[in-house]
Amino acid sequence: MSLEAMYQQVIMDHAREGHGRGLIDLTAAGRGESHQVNPTCGDEVTMRVGVDGDTVAAIAWEGHGCSISQASISVLTELIEGESLDTADATVEAFRALMQSKGEHLDEEREDLLGDATAFVGVGKYPARIKCALLGWMAFRDALIQARGSAEGATA
Amino acid sequence: MFPDLRGDFPILTRTVRNGRPLVYLDSGATSQRPLAVLEAESAFVREHNGAVARGAHLLAEEATEAFETARADVARLVGAPAEEIVWTSGATAALNLVANGMLQASLGAGGAAAERFRVGPGDRIVVTELEHHANLIPWQQLAARTGAELAWIPVDDAGVLVLDDLASVITPATKVVAFSHASNVTGVVTDVAPIVARAREVGALTVLDGCQSVPHIPVDVAALGVDFMAFSGHKMLGPTGVGALWGRKALLDALPPSMFGGGAIAVVTMETTTWLEAPTRFEPGTQPVAQAVGMGAAARYLMDLGMENVARHEARLAQILREGASSVPGVRLIGPVGDPDRFDVLGLAAVAVEGVHAHDVGQVLDDRGITARVGHHCAQPLHRRLGLTGSTRASAHVYTTEDDARAFVEALAGVREFFGATL
Repeated sequence: MSLEAMYQQVIMDHAREGHGRGLIDLTAAGRGESHQVNPTCGDEVTMRVGVDGDTVAAIAWEGHGCSISQASISVLTELIEGESLDTADATVEAFRALMQSKGEHLDEEREDLLGDATAFVGVGKYPARIKCALLGWMAFRDALIQARGSAEGATA
Repeated sequence: MFPDLRGDFPILTRTVRNGRPLVYLDSGATSQRPLAVLEAESAFVREHNGAVARGAHLLAEEATEAFETARADVARLVGAPAEEIVWTSGATAALNLVANGMLQASLGAGGAAAERFRVGPGDRIVVTELEHHANLIPWQQLAARTGAELAWIPVDDAGVLVLDDLASVITPATKVVAFSHASNVTGVVTDVAPIVARAREVGALTVLDGCQSVPHIPVDVAALGVDFMAFSGHKMLGPTGVGALWGRKALLDALPPSMFGGGAIAVVTMETTTWLEAPTRFEPGTQPVAQAVGMGAAARYLMDLGMENVARHEARLAQILREGASSVPGVRLIGPVGDPDRFDVLGLAAVAVEGVHAHDVGQVLDDRGITARVGHHCAQPLHRRLGLTGSTRASAHVYTTEDDARAFVEALAGVREFFGATL
């Protein structure tokens, strides 16, 4: 496992680009926000998720951290924004599985779902870095639960 | 010429990522153990293990003897009598022992003898802005529970303690001053004398965190003039799970215990308990005996090398690490380069690499077989004060070679190249 295999170009690109960065106010019917911290390094992210009907309508975030955590949040945003709630759930589960795979690739179906996020496969070989990659995904999962709750509250 | 000790440390012969030789530069977090320590622990368990200070059989006698010999050896390392050394599970426990003892006193325990340990509203507890969390949180909690005020000696923009206005921080209301003998981030050795002088002036107790000093430089508690000092086994070539609190005997005998159980008591009735003298009063329950024996062996190993020699060796490593790191473009050394000849800095260098997160720096170093510590090193307030969330730290010990130190500096130069090339 080389360093280059872990820091794939797609990861470095996402770390630089930071899709969804900027904590804008969301207008979706259901809105949630989550703040997550990696206690070992102090990295943090605040993420807002907006849900309209069956769709993850918007994701916005602000945070700071290592290239792995920042790239991972960027990939998440690009992958999930505009997708159905079911797809979002399945993508989150697939990414968690990828992090637990100890560097092994997943089946084709889940890899298709993950798209660019499959580049993180190498991170699974470094237990200390899995938390970095998962930081934004934990925030997303938490914010999504709230957004769904508030969406249901709004329609009830 | 300081001897090459790598042969004494079995782990240093192993390889790490990509089959590379191990360059161990994380001794500030935990040090490696020499054969002398491993064998002392092993011999104790294989030949002498028994209940300490209980029972009249031969093994109990031998175990007690080994346990108390270790205490005497650890005491000698810091210039103290054996009866002033309390075994703890580590330095964290040692610092908590003092803070919690003061809490017990503040709740009324210990009678008139414990008067000077009592704190409450109107009193002040002083720490410093660069403390390891282990020497901050116990005092923060003591303040929160007693209504005392927590104040701290600030650091300057370089992360160095500002000692020229001590009187405004260590006020007459101050009951205790807790501070590090050496920072685990900046590596700077604290000028203890003015802090102790001011604390004495106002009648405050002094508690020194010796975790980073005791393993690396000569430490003599009598000369330092402090009242308590905590230090840890696993940072001084000894085992994990054991540490020590040194305290002046009269103070230890007056400080109320905060952990209760068997072995620490004189008389127990259904209603009341009286305690033995220190150090036993602070050692309830079964102690980490094999670990204490290992820590004693570590103290002997260091004393055989001579702490002056150890300090000189590490001063040379400090120079390579600190001058080297600060000369790499885009690398910020935390703290001053220092003057190793004056032993004012430890053999460590914590750095921030411009544009590259500490975790990413650590990953590049790890790829080269170099173990460094990344993150805030349990000193979040200090990092925040310096405008950082984390840093990458290389820290040396007796077995560290000049080549190890140079490998760190060379790898740092490669870090920005790696990320610069791809970012």
